[in-house]
Amino acid sequence: MALAEQQTSPQAAQGASDRSWHGIVLQTLKRNEISLIPYVPDRVLTPLIKNLHADPFFTTFATAREEEAVGIVSGAWMGGRRGAVLMQTSGFATLANVLASLAVPYQIPLIMFVSERGTLGEFNYGQSLVCRTMRPVLDSLALEHHTITRLDELEFIADRSIKQAVTTQAPVALILNPLLTGGKTFDK
Amino acid sequence: MNTRNTKVMNRFDVTSRLIGKLKHEEAVVGGIGNTNFDLWAAGHRPQNFYMLGSMGLAFPIALGVALAQPDRRVFALEGDGSLLMQLGALSTIAALKPKNLIMIVMDNGIYQITGAQPTPAAGVADIVAIATGSGLANSAWAADEEDFERLVDEAMSASEPSLIAVRIDDKPGVGTTRRDPVQIRERFMHGLGVREPL
Repeated sequence: MALAEQQTSPQAAQGASDRSWHGIVLQTLKRNEISLIPYVPDRVLTPLIKNLHADPFFTTFATAREEEAVGIVSGAWMGGRRGAVLMQTSGFATLANVLASLAVPYQIPLIMFVSERGTLGEFNYGQSLVCRTMRPVLDSLALEHHTITRLDELEFIADRSIKQAVTTQAPVALILNPLLTGGKTFDK
Repeated sequence: MNTRNTKVMNRFDVTSRLIGKLKHEEAVVGGIGNTNFDLWAAGHRPQNFYMLGSMGLAFPIALGVALAQPDRRVFALEGDGSLLMQLGALSTIAALKPKNLIMIVMDNGIYQITGAQPTPAAGVADIVAIATGSGLANSAWAADEEDFERLVDEAMSASEPSLIAVRIDDKPGVGTTRRDPVQIRERFMHGLGVREPL
């Protein structure tokens, strides 16, 4: 991640109104009693992470690696507490082993929100390449995943997908596309 | 205490001593390979969780259990090679400070199960120094079996997370965990009171 030279788009930096993408994600998590939110940060996710930290309903904290976060929410699920992991595309790319050896075989409803880098204006060649590995990995394990592009579909997809993950005891990846979030653009 | 002053113990013996001390349905998460093989051999309990992959995640999984059930003591057993894959987890735990989490590292300096190759840390790194440097002040080497039991007793009523490192020999695990992940997970959830059997 090259953090210094880019800025978030104006769309992503808007306030935390309930109808912003991140406001909808936060409310959907809360409505589904998902209170444990480990994450590895991403610029686009910043308003969501900030608002999760500010809301005492959630236990929100950074982990050193994405698979660590997957381990934490898996343990929490078995202990009776629901969680979700926030990450970037490049972080998802580190997860094939833990998905195939923990979440899937143990039938754990792992809920992942992935901020999508690598498409629709990507400026870092490595990000565009790692993005192309994400859906093949998800498909190779036959994992449920949705790419969310529209604000008016976000709540429906997120709410239904969380409920499906829990009831079918299967992981789900919700990919937050730049069409939804504004993405990260090279503005300098 | 430096590792040079510690007795070389045996994983199955130490694990059996730990299990013998558990009277309050404490959870135990066993890392992959010999660590959970010996946990299995020490006598299956519904509060045991056995990893069959995801090397290095015993502490994160146990952290999740500890955050979900703050009134239950949660133990995690991990090998030194496994821990080396996920050292960042020590700082995550140090930052969250779950007082009900107790981490035990079985350190033989080798990847015993793959042919006893030395780990990159063998001979140069000190697990307790790493843990302390990661923010886990309540970390210690067990000098011998009695000291291990004393450290476990202390950890049972500690007000911060504890890490106990044990220098062990190069013996393989005594048993072999039944590799049935769904049953392992379901039994564990029953053992933690999260679910009732069908």
